[in-house]
Amino acid sequence: MFSLLSAILHYKGFIIGAVKRDFQARYRTSMLGAVWLVMQPLAMITVYTLIFSEVMKSKLPGINGEYSYSIYICSGLLLWGLFLEICGKGTSLFIDSANLIKKVNFPRITLPVILVLTALINFVIIFILFAAFLIIIDSLSPLQLLMMVPVVFTTLTLAAGLAMVLAVLNVFFRDVGQLITIVLQFWFWFTPIVYPVQIIPNWARGFIEMNPMAVTVDSMHKIFVNNQMPDWTSLLYVLILGLVLLILGLYLFRRHSGDMVDEL
Amino acid sequence: MSKVLSLNNLGKSYKQYPSKFSRLIEWTLPFLGLRHSKKWVIRNISFDVTQGETIGIVGVNGAGKSTLLKMITGTTKPTEGEVSRAGTIAALLELGMGFHPDFTGRQNVYMSGQLLGLDTDTITNLMPEILAFADIGEYVDMPTRVYSSGMQVRLAFSVATAVRPDILIVDEALSVGDVAFQAKCFRRINDFKEKGTTILFVTHALDDIVKHCHRAILLDKGSIAMAGEPRAVVNEFRDRMFGKSKKRVDSLSERLNKPDDNELSCDDIFHTKPLYQTIEHRWGTRAAEITDYIIKSDDQNYPVTIFAGRELDIKFRCVFHNDIESPIFGLLLKTPDGVNLYGASSRELMHENLGLVKAGAVVDFTFKLKMNFNTGPVLLSVGLTHTDEAGSDEPLDRRYDSILLNVDNEKKFIGLVDAETQCYIEVNE
Repeated sequence: MFSLLSAILHYKGFIIGAVKRDFQARYRTSMLGAVWLVMQPLAMITVYTLIFSEVMKSKLPGINGEYSYSIYICSGLLLWGLFLEICGKGTSLFIDSANLIKKVNFPRITLPVILVLTALINFVIIFILFAAFLIIIDSLSPLQLLMMVPVVFTTLTLAAGLAMVLAVLNVFFRDVGQLITIVLQFWFWFTPIVYPVQIIPNWARGFIEMNPMAVTVDSMHKIFVNNQMPDWTSLLYVLILGLVLLILGLYLFRRHSGDMVDEL
Repeated sequence: MSKVLSLNNLGKSYKQYPSKFSRLIEWTLPFLGLRHSKKWVIRNISFDVTQGETIGIVGVNGAGKSTLLKMITGTTKPTEGEVSRAGTIAALLELGMGFHPDFTGRQNVYMSGQLLGLDTDTITNLMPEILAFADIGEYVDMPTRVYSSGMQVRLAFSVATAVRPDILIVDEALSVGDVAFQAKCFRRINDFKEKGTTILFVTHALDDIVKHCHRAILLDKGSIAMAGEPRAVVNEFRDRMFGKSKKRVDSLSERLNKPDDNELSCDDIFHTKPLYQTIEHRWGTRAAEITDYIIKSDDQNYPVTIFAGRELDIKFRCVFHNDIESPIFGLLLKTPDGVNLYGASSRELMHENLGLVKAGAVVDFTFKLKMNFNTGPVLLSVGLTHTDEAGSDEPLDRRYDSILLNVDNEKKFIGLVDAETQCYIEVNE
């Protein structure tokens, strides 16, 4: 574990450089550049707000604010976006970098670190826009931002842990990559992000509560929509689950990183 | 001198699973036992390298050279044994492979440098020197996808050698650049060598190994077949390559002891003879066949090395299955890259016609020639032809590139052919 940390520290130049390059690579050939970074989530939020709040007239039970549904969707979707980016790209992490891994000797552990950092920066950029919107409609307090930190951290841990396990498995069993795209689709709709949890029939609520992402998304809703404290205990369980996955992922990585090069 | 690299009983095997599911079973139900079989590509490799040494590694394709180098650089983990390194390693393998095509040369220099573990400031300081050495001008700030492969190699080489490593691995990646740049690279490599860098040198240019290396290692089927003085190792490698296998070399020495060795066979045993090459391209109607041959020089049969200027006897046996009118036997000597060195046939050499050869006849053709070529390998093609009624040549049995000879010329000159130049100097005044 210590050797992994010291490798990360020694290669911090590479990690920072790679994160920078990742952003550059995404937008350097397009004319509008960084605008696209914001466009995609903005489009998604618009679509969901229009369909659910205007067309389907969904209402959040107990909350009556002009923008409450938009805030509901945005806060959940932003967090899901972070989770999705890490899990989605993470699963094919080693396969996508096969060329580099096979040719150059460098600590492979830097690759997930780069991924998590990139996703986090992406999240922060989009969140700043969301925060600006909240400030305009005058419903943002510093306490909310403070409470969000552990929620984001928990999501990050969960996503990184899951991605690490899947990334290693995917090298040896390529079916994992195919499977996970389908699972993530279902997972999104089984998480109350675009719809309120109250529309779920009672018998199914139990299943939703077992979904760790439902817990973190619900925390975001509590913070930004209801202006309440999240349920810290449930969040702690998710954090523990994330840490267990992360340790399992690192164990798998350490154990199979030698064989990994042969399979790429 | 201190040890910089030490390989201890190194081995690499790949896991082979009988089916796609057996790996899953092995992972999920480990108590059922291992389901894979191991395929060893390299095994029992042990050697030490001291500081400042230059070591050549030779072996045919597939002997395990790349796997060995990858384990030395650390990209591949050994299955058993260990590599201990004291100091930094730079490998000039697959130069420029890590370049991102959309980034400029300058950005790629940063990325390659960071991958080597250099920090950004160090790279910034080294940048002028790197760019000066690569000498790619204004292309530095263009994306590397517009680079020629030579330019990529120049830039990659400059980055990889920007800091003097303790161990440098050089292989044939360098041959991509132009000759002038190659010379520049070798100057830098020599400079490193003088400053104490250990060099591992992998090439098929065997003469370079003899010229530059202190020691050479011959890899054969994944293990060290021989290690030691470069010339001896290179000769052993040639013997193996041209003799094709140990077994054949044995049978050769057995046959050398027999007095009736000069007997040629009417059965087709051409391909069992020493110096025969499996790369041969054989074609023709086979109305007559070339079944056997013997090569003699200095009373030695099937010599591994043929000394330039000495007489060489090559005798071929041809068995005729049909009646053939005036068959012609020809031979052609070529360099491995396909340049014709010499070719002639019995028609031009004998000035007389063989007439009708009956079915069942056995004819031996003997050629006496001198290989006045420069040191290097020479491929021999032979062929039996006859002219049909329409006047065009009909090939009966052509065996292209079927025999590999190896010329050694003690004279030093440039080019392929010895023009037997004499030089006189008169100083007037």
